[in-house]
Amino acid sequence: MSAWDRFLEAFFNPVVMSRYLPDILKGTLLTIELAALIIVSGLALGLALALLRSFGFRPLNLLIIFVVDLFRALPPLVIIVFIYFGLPAVGLSPSGFVSTWLSLMFVLMAFSEEIYWAGITSIPKGQWEAARSTGLTYGHALMSVVLPQALRLTIPPLTNRTIAITKGTALASVVAVGEILGMASSAVSNSYNPSPLTMGAVAYLILFLPMVVFGRYLETRMAWKR
Amino acid sequence: MAARPIVEARGIHKHFGSHHVLKGVDLALAERELAFVIGPSGSGKSTLLRCLNRLEEPSSGSVVVDGVDMLDPRTDLNHARQRIGMVFQSFNLYPHMTALGNVTLALRKVAGKTREEADAVGRTALDRVGLADRAGHTPGQLSGGQQQRVAIARAIALEPRVMLFDEPTSSLDPELVGSVLGVMRDLRESGMAMVVVSHEMGFARNAADRVLFMDQGLIVEEGTPSQIFEAPAQERTRSFIGQIQKH
Repeated sequence: MSAWDRFLEAFFNPVVMSRYLPDILKGTLLTIELAALIIVSGLALGLALALLRSFGFRPLNLLIIFVVDLFRALPPLVIIVFIYFGLPAVGLSPSGFVSTWLSLMFVLMAFSEEIYWAGITSIPKGQWEAARSTGLTYGHALMSVVLPQALRLTIPPLTNRTIAITKGTALASVVAVGEILGMASSAVSNSYNPSPLTMGAVAYLILFLPMVVFGRYLETRMAWKR
Repeated sequence: MAARPIVEARGIHKHFGSHHVLKGVDLALAERELAFVIGPSGSGKSTLLRCLNRLEEPSSGSVVVDGVDMLDPRTDLNHARQRIGMVFQSFNLYPHMTALGNVTLALRKVAGKTREEADAVGRTALDRVGLADRAGHTPGQLSGGQQQRVAIARAIALEPRVMLFDEPTSSLDPELVGSVLGVMRDLRESGMAMVVVSHEMGFARNAADRVLFMDQGLIVEEGTPSQIFEAPAQERTRSFIGQIQKH
């Protein structure tokens, strides 16, 4: 058996691959569910925090900055393990799925809050002044004038950050969630063959490559026209 | 009969940190009057204007516009601001909206008009500044002069009692200045009370009722355009007028 054959046997074994394909597909669906939950809740919470922060209520802003910095500094895996293995000590036992969702949701919330905030503060003061001088309330000026412009600026960095964090769903395999990597790993243990990892990698590519390409497209399309 | 002034500011002081920008300024503007404010940069002209609609908070003093005490905490500031139109040096149009969208936003959100009502008022306002055919253009598709006229339409659509102009032509190319001044002249002829901070001395000469010269946070001298431009009483006024007329 040549080295090439041994390579094919290890990573592209057709018997193992066809046997574990259904598992990988199941894992892919779970990854999609998890990713969708993280993206929707994380981006919504981040926006909510950025809007709260824009009211400039100092004690609240210090709290927001503290929370945001905390979740930006901690490695996501530490947060997942903390929630999954730590919370049972106080009588809460979130599943691995919920632990991963909450953890990555908080991380995306933190990073997206900073991006939204940067967008809001980058809008020239004159926009606020023009809006307020016509009698618009703070809220109307924010929602109708400032935020639409800010969001447009934030779409490219937000897309990139969302992709980076959503890939972290692979960490859920550590807390026994049957997402792509989890399914692939257990298939490797059961079959004594790493081919399922190849399928897992392909599944990740199919999921995330379009998002990466989409992010690049947005970056060029949304570039601010001057 | 001396009518109640439309704008009455008394004893306005403004500090920015340790910087004393306005040092007790009084300004009364009659109905239908155009007051023109000149002075070197940093003299506090723009700050004075911005204190009148409370974009800047005066450190002390009183501001009454159309009978409304602007500094009273019980005053509904957003309501009061609709009677005070403001036009900025940098236009400050909303770049993500069309000209009509810019003009109608406050009509819909503040004046509570439906989209149809607001659009009708907005189109009339755009027509008054000669841009009825540009309603669907975004600011990026308009020249500077057109943008500033949309900004004027945005203000007059709310039917203000007084208009504040903060160097409305200073960021325009020279060939576009005339169109904006033309709109301002029309407004003046319609009887709008106006306070104009500007360096357009030609406009001041033939459109202003009164010229105020500010320097170092105080109104140094005021009078008719011919008094100020031809026979200023104060040395500081004389030297400022002399300097700008050299150009």
